[in-house]
Amino acid sequence: MKKKVFQLLVDNTSGVLSRISGLFSRRGYNIESITAGVTADPRITRITIVASGDDEILAQIEKQVAKLEDVRDIRELEPGFSVYRELALIKVQANETRRQDVISIANIFRANIIDVSPEGLIIEMTGSQNKIDAFIDLLHRNGYDILEMARTGIAGLRRGTQDIVWFDIED
Amino acid sequence: MNGADVLIKCLEKENVEVIFGYPGVAICPFFDSITNSPIQSILIRTEQNAAHAANGYARTTGKVGVCVATSGPGATNLITGIATAFADSIPLVCITGQVDSELLGSDVFQEADITGAVESFVKYSYLVRDAEELPRIMKEAFYIANSGRRGPVLIDIPIDIQNQQVSRFKYPEEVHLRTYKPTVKGNTVQIHKVIKELEKAKKPIICVGGGIMLSNAKESFMEFVEKYRLPVVSTMMGISVMPTEHPLYFGMVGNNGKPCANRAMNESDVLVMVGARVADRAVSQPDLITRNKILIHIDVDPAEIGKNAISTIPLVGDAGHIFEDLYKEEYTGNHEAWIRDLQEYRKTMLVHRKVNPAYVDPAALIRLLSIKMEENGIYVADVGQNQMWSCAYHIVKKGRFLTSGGMGTMGYSIPAAMGAKVGNPDRQVVAVCGDGAFQMSMMELATMVQHGIDVKIVIFNNGYLGMVRQYQHFTYKDNYSAVDLTGNPDLRHIAAAYGIPFYRLSNMEDAEETLNAFLREEGLVLMECMIDPMDLA
Repeated sequence: MKKKVFQLLVDNTSGVLSRISGLFSRRGYNIESITAGVTADPRITRITIVASGDDEILAQIEKQVAKLEDVRDIRELEPGFSVYRELALIKVQANETRRQDVISIANIFRANIIDVSPEGLIIEMTGSQNKIDAFIDLLHRNGYDILEMARTGIAGLRRGTQDIVWFDIED
Repeated sequence: MNGADVLIKCLEKENVEVIFGYPGVAICPFFDSITNSPIQSILIRTEQNAAHAANGYARTTGKVGVCVATSGPGATNLITGIATAFADSIPLVCITGQVDSELLGSDVFQEADITGAVESFVKYSYLVRDAEELPRIMKEAFYIANSGRRGPVLIDIPIDIQNQQVSRFKYPEEVHLRTYKPTVKGNTVQIHKVIKELEKAKKPIICVGGGIMLSNAKESFMEFVEKYRLPVVSTMMGISVMPTEHPLYFGMVGNNGKPCANRAMNESDVLVMVGARVADRAVSQPDLITRNKILIHIDVDPAEIGKNAISTIPLVGDAGHIFEDLYKEEYTGNHEAWIRDLQEYRKTMLVHRKVNPAYVDPAALIRLLSIKMEENGIYVADVGQNQMWSCAYHIVKKGRFLTSGGMGTMGYSIPAAMGAKVGNPDRQVVAVCGDGAFQMSMMELATMVQHGIDVKIVIFNNGYLGMVRQYQHFTYKDNYSAVDLTGNPDLRHIAAAYGIPFYRLSNMEDAEETLNAFLREEGLVLMECMIDPMDLA
């Protein structure tokens, strides 16, 4: 099983997200994560999907998604030519005596502490999925309990200014 | 033992006695296994009617109705029937065959994403991936369909899962659903508040919906209103909760309802809506029922409370339990003066119909038919003018009134009546439909001939899609468009083609004798009534 990151530019119509997720469920494709947000042009929504499957399935996913009426553009965000980021909010159990240790680990990963309470704190961390996975792994190894976690799934863009997709106002 | 055998065993464990179905390759293992079971398999003639038949069966037995179809077009044909059941909260388990699991999503022959397609019309759906999971899934499906707010559940089973060998069969004793826990018992504090509010009321009224029938609460409800002497009106789905001529019942509300019922609701100071959605046909302006009055809303589905009207006292629970609890409270309210007013309204606020003596008067005919019907008979109205006339003039004694209320699905009456008769072989079942709806489900005559199902069918023939014609008369100034049914078959020949008796009534002169003969027939019979095309409901 391979993973691929797809960038979709879609018309910001009502129900567009359910059309895309419906396609994945009815054809039995796997979504690892999906994020959506409006672009600089309010008519257009950018969706980043991480999908998994063998080569044939991944090729089918690209073609089937491209066929959807609302989808204006789909392309792969290849690892070498793209940047990906994911945001994670992690609530760790830590009382006064252990708090400083958690903060040290967070500093190494350039994560921020955004909330502190007597029994725990919330860490905000941005990075590649690998970096976040590594951080979570380190917390576990050092015996910290993760009380709650919210991960956004990745958003990504291609590097450089060569391949930007523009739409005319009339489109 | 294969997956299909497991499926049949599960149905037997759920005490299913009959399924309404239509085969196809993807459901053939099921139809192969069922021949070894005491469960009766009724071959309907189009899948939509399998769901309607299961619907009529469920509503008149209190059990879950089961319908079965194949993959692709078989499954998609079910959808209207499923949506009809969903709109009226009828418990169904719908089983569909599906293409081989390995081929899912590849658009092979007769593949349709049925779980996706019915998403907005089912309470829940399953796509089975392993036959070992079937007992758990079936147990859950029956539980979900027939608990809380009832509704249809769909189970889609790929053919390889039906053929999968299973080592042993064990049906679970109970269900474990982490997120589904419907509230059944009403909150005691709220129950007490309801009683206090009703005691203070000068003009209380209770408006009942289909929820009373669904929770099998008819008796406890009647005992409650008779003990505290509270007047009652109903929505269309609530018809037959109370006998039509009960001194405390004042008829159906809404834009097609009885004037005295609407007046009772408008003048009331405390309104109790129970098992009713406050939907547009019953309450066209929901803000009016909260202005100047206290609204008490009782429903098993908390999402219905506050959806269309904000209630003063919400009470979540199953009507059966709630009325048993309400019955036990101390009560000092007295509403006799108000009841006398309402009885006066009922006597004086009559609707005067213009009757054309050259035709059958549907109002008079329905009244006569209901008088002649057996006391506990089941009356199934279709959709359209026949439905409005049925709501207004059918007299319920101890029987049951069925119709497609929420979805308003034409063609409902004949298959639903068929299902009701299968579930109640000892009760008289009458279907009343127009010539439009009849032609949407007349293929089921063959099913009833084949399986010996005795339904009395009354067809109001006016050569028009009458309800829409009436709407075009009022709203589009008689610009009739696509409502003329020229081309209708001669129903005498239709009856003859199926080998069943036929009666035609041209006017009211011979109504009495013809009705007697019609109801005396043993087995399936048609009666055509010629209706003035310009008659208004």
